[in-house]
Amino acid sequence: MFTKKKSSAEAGVETSILNKETEGLSQGQIVRKRFLQHKGAMIAVFTLFSIVIFVFSALKIKIGPWTYPGWWKYTIEDLPELALDGCSGGLVGCPTLSLRPTWLGGAGIQLGEHPFGQDDIGRDYFALVMRGAQRSIMVTVIIGFIGGVIGTVVGAIAGFYRGAVDSILMRFTDFIITVPSIIIGSVIGYHFGNLGVSFLALYLGLFAWTGLSRLVRGEFLTLREREFVDAARVAGATNRRIIFKHILPNAVGIIIVSVTLLMSGAILLETALSYLGFGVVAPDVSLGSLISQYQESFTTRPWLFWYPGIFIIAIALCINFIGDGLRDAFDPRQRRRITRKDRQSARVAKKARAHA
Amino acid sequence: MSNPVLKVNKYCVDFWVDGVWYPAAIDMNFELEAGKVLAIVGESGSGKSTTALGLMNLLASNARMSGSILVKGQEMLDASPQVLHKFRGKEVAYIFQEPMTALNPVYTIGFQIVETLRNHFDMGPKEARARALELITMVEIPEPEISIDKYPHQLSGGQRQRAMIAQALACDPGLLVADEPTTALDVTVQAEVLDLMRNLKDKLNSAILLITHDMGVVADMADEILVMKDGLTVEHGSADQIFNRPQHPYTQQLLGAVPKLGSTARRALPYNESAKPAPVLKLENVTIAYPKRGRIPEFVAAKNVSLEIYPGEILGLVGESGSGKTTIGRASIGLLPIKEGKLEIVGRDISRASSKELFSIRRHTGIVFQDPASSLNPRLPIGESIGEPLYLAGEAKGADLAHRVEDLLDQVELPRSYRNRYPHELSGGQRQRVGIARALALTPDLLIADEPTSALDVSVQARFLDLLQDLQGKLNFACLFISHDLAVVDILAHRIAVMQNGELVEVGDRDQILQHPKSDYTRRLIAAVPIPDPAEQRVRREARLAAK
Repeated sequence: MFTKKKSSAEAGVETSILNKETEGLSQGQIVRKRFLQHKGAMIAVFTLFSIVIFVFSALKIKIGPWTYPGWWKYTIEDLPELALDGCSGGLVGCPTLSLRPTWLGGAGIQLGEHPFGQDDIGRDYFALVMRGAQRSIMVTVIIGFIGGVIGTVVGAIAGFYRGAVDSILMRFTDFIITVPSIIIGSVIGYHFGNLGVSFLALYLGLFAWTGLSRLVRGEFLTLREREFVDAARVAGATNRRIIFKHILPNAVGIIIVSVTLLMSGAILLETALSYLGFGVVAPDVSLGSLISQYQESFTTRPWLFWYPGIFIIAIALCINFIGDGLRDAFDPRQRRRITRKDRQSARVAKKARAHA
Repeated sequence: MSNPVLKVNKYCVDFWVDGVWYPAAIDMNFELEAGKVLAIVGESGSGKSTTALGLMNLLASNARMSGSILVKGQEMLDASPQVLHKFRGKEVAYIFQEPMTALNPVYTIGFQIVETLRNHFDMGPKEARARALELITMVEIPEPEISIDKYPHQLSGGQRQRAMIAQALACDPGLLVADEPTTALDVTVQAEVLDLMRNLKDKLNSAILLITHDMGVVADMADEILVMKDGLTVEHGSADQIFNRPQHPYTQQLLGAVPKLGSTARRALPYNESAKPAPVLKLENVTIAYPKRGRIPEFVAAKNVSLEIYPGEILGLVGESGSGKTTIGRASIGLLPIKEGKLEIVGRDISRASSKELFSIRRHTGIVFQDPASSLNPRLPIGESIGEPLYLAGEAKGADLAHRVEDLLDQVELPRSYRNRYPHELSGGQRQRVGIARALALTPDLLIADEPTSALDVSVQARFLDLLQDLQGKLNFACLFISHDLAVVDILAHRIAVMQNGELVEVGDRDQILQHPKSDYTRRLIAAVPIPDPAEQRVRREARLAAK
C-alpha cells in the first residue's frame, strides 16, 4: 500500500520533470539559468551591485546642467577642521565609526562626524574613499571590457584563420607588448595634461589585451581541429557563426579567468600611471592612489590604509566570484550540486542491488 | 593440478564517487594456470579493465578492494609497496590498449625496455641493451638494430604494440595482462599481433589474462572465458562451452550481436544495372593531397580514385588505417579541396566550387563522424546541435524548429527530453544517434558515415546498424559507409570498394567482393577478420601460416 502510493507520487514528479525537460532551451537560456542558480555568483552580483549604488550615490555628481547632490555631507574638496582630540595614543583624525554597542562596553553603533577618519589636512576620509572607489570601479570595468573584447576578437580571428592573418595579428600583438605603456602614458600625460579617468581606462584597455589574445589564439588553434567544427561547417554555418557560437563558448573558461585577473590588475596599473601624472591626479583620488599615498602610515594611522583596502578586496572578490559563476554556467561538465536526497536515493539503489 | 599463476577469490572493487560506494567488480573468482589464456569479455563499463588494474593495485585512490588475489602464492591486496614494485613488471606485466599513450613519447623504445630491465635486474647498460635487442628481434620488429633507437611516433601502430609487448616480456613475467591489446589496430595487423602473442606464450609458458570486447579475438586466443556485465560475472567456462553452448541470455545476446561475414542474404541493388540513374556522388580520377608544410613534403592521401554512388544505394568503403578512406569521405562533402580530377554531387561539380556554391550543395549532404565525443559541440545542448542545419538553411525557426527537432529525435529513437542534455551526459551509442539525427536533419540525398561504429560496443553497434538500415530504407538516401570492419560493411552495403595506400583496389558487388575477391589485398583483408568461432579460427590460422 505504502509502496504503491510512493510510486504513483514518483511517477507524477517524473512526468512533470519530463514535460519541463522536453521544452527546448537554447544554449543561452541554459547558461542563464545555471548562472542564476549559482549561489556564490548571485551573492557576488548582489554585493557588487550594492557597492556600486552605495559608492556612486554618496557624493555629488554633476552631468551637464543636471546635478545630483549626494547623501554624504562632505565632498572631497571640503576642508573641515582636523579633529585633534578624541583619539587614543595622541593620534589625530581617527575614525568615529563605532560598531560596538554600549552594552558590550563600546560607544554604541554610530557613524559619528568622520566615520573613516580624516587625512593629513582634515579632508573627510569617507568622501575620499567613496570617490576613490568610484574611480577604481570605472577603471576596472572599462579596462576589463575593452581589454577583454579586443583580446578575444584578435585571438579568435588569429587562431581560427591561421596563416597570414595569424602572422600579422600576432606580430602586431608582439609590437604592443614591446611598447612600454607606462612611458607612453606619461608622455601623453605630459603633453595633453590630465584627460580624466575614463580616458586613462580606455588607454590602458588598449594595451592590456595582449596576454588574453595569446591564450585565446592557442585555445582556438586546438579547438578548430575538433570534428564538431567540421560538423558545423557541413551544417552550413558561416565562419562568423563557427567562431562565436561554436568555438568561443568552449574557450570561455580561459577568457574569464584571464579577464578577471586583468581587472584585478587594472587597479594597480591605474595607480602606477596616476603616480606619473596621467589619469587620476590630485585632488581627485582612486583607491590605489589612497593606498600608495598612505602606505607609510600603516603602523601609525592604519585606517588610512584599511578602508580603501577593504573596498579593493570586496570589488576584486566580487569580480572573481562572478567570473567563477560564469565559467561554471558555460561549462556543462561542471558537476551539479549533490543534495542529500540524491545520496539517499543512491544508497537505496545500492541496497537494492545488493539484495538482487 | 599444478598451482595456478593467478588465483582470484571473492574479489570486489568499489569506487567512492560523490559519497557513495559504486561497485565496479563484484565477487570475482577465477584461476589461471601457466600457458593458458583467460579472456574477460564484456561491454564498456562492465568492469573488466578495473578487474585487471586492481590485480596489481594500480587503481585510483578512490577505489576499495576486498577479497584475495594470489600471484604465485603471494597475496597482492595487502602487499607492501616494495613487494608490489617487485611483482609489477617482473611477475605481472601489462599491455595497454593504446600503445601511443602507454609508451613515453620522449624516450626511444630501446631506452624504455632497458629501463624496465635495469629496474628489476642487476644489469649493466650494455648487457641490458643486448637483451633489449634480443627482445625486439623476438617480437619481430623489422630492422631491430635501427628500430631500437626509434621513438614511438616513428613506428607504425602495429610496431608500437610489438614494442609494448617486448617491454612487457622483458622480465619473462609469469602473467601477462593484455587490456584490449588489438583494439587500436587494423585487422591484418591484429592477426599478426595475436599470432605473436600466442607464439610467445607457448615459448615462455606464461599465462595471459586477455581483456577484450571483441569476440573474434577471444575465439582466436582464449582457453577459458569469463563474461562480465555490470561488474558481475555472468558466465564462466571453457571457450568451447561459451561459444557453442552459451547458457546465460546475456552471453547469447553478446554472441548474436557480433557481425559475421556472409551471414546476411544477398541484397539486390536498388536500381537496374542496365539503366542506371544519375549518380548522387561521382568521383572521376580524383587526387587529394595535403599540401607541403614547412619541411614536411606534400602527402598524397588519395590517388586517381574513380567512384560512383547511385540513389538509394549504400557503398561500403573498406581499407586499413592510412588507406585514404576518411580523406575520400571528407572531400566528398567539400571539407577537403581536391587536387586533380572531378567531383560531382547531385550533378553539380564541387571540385572548384566557391564557398557559396558549397553552402547550397551541403544542403544535400550529411556526415556522421567517427568519434561521437568530438563531433558534437560539448557546450551545445544536443537539441540545438540537431536543429542547427535546419536553422542555418532557413527551413525552420522557433516553435517549428523545436517540433522538427522532436521529430528527428523520435526518428533515431531517442527520448525527446534529451534535447536539453549536453553530449557528455549521453552514452557513446546515443551520441552517435544524435550525430545521425543531425546528418539527416535536411533529408540529404547523400549521407557519409565515417566509421560511425568503431567507438561502440558490439551490441550497441548492432542496434545502431539496424537503425541506420531502417532509416535508409525509409528515406532512401545514398550512403558512403566508411569502415575498417568488413563484417559491418557486409551487413549494410550493396556494393563494396576496397582501398589501399590511397588507391582504389577493387570495386564491386558485395557478394562478388566477399566471395570472389580479385585482388590479393582484399583476400588478405577477408582472411584476417576474426570470426567468433574457435574451431573456425584455428582452421584459418593454420591456413594463414601455411600461406606464409
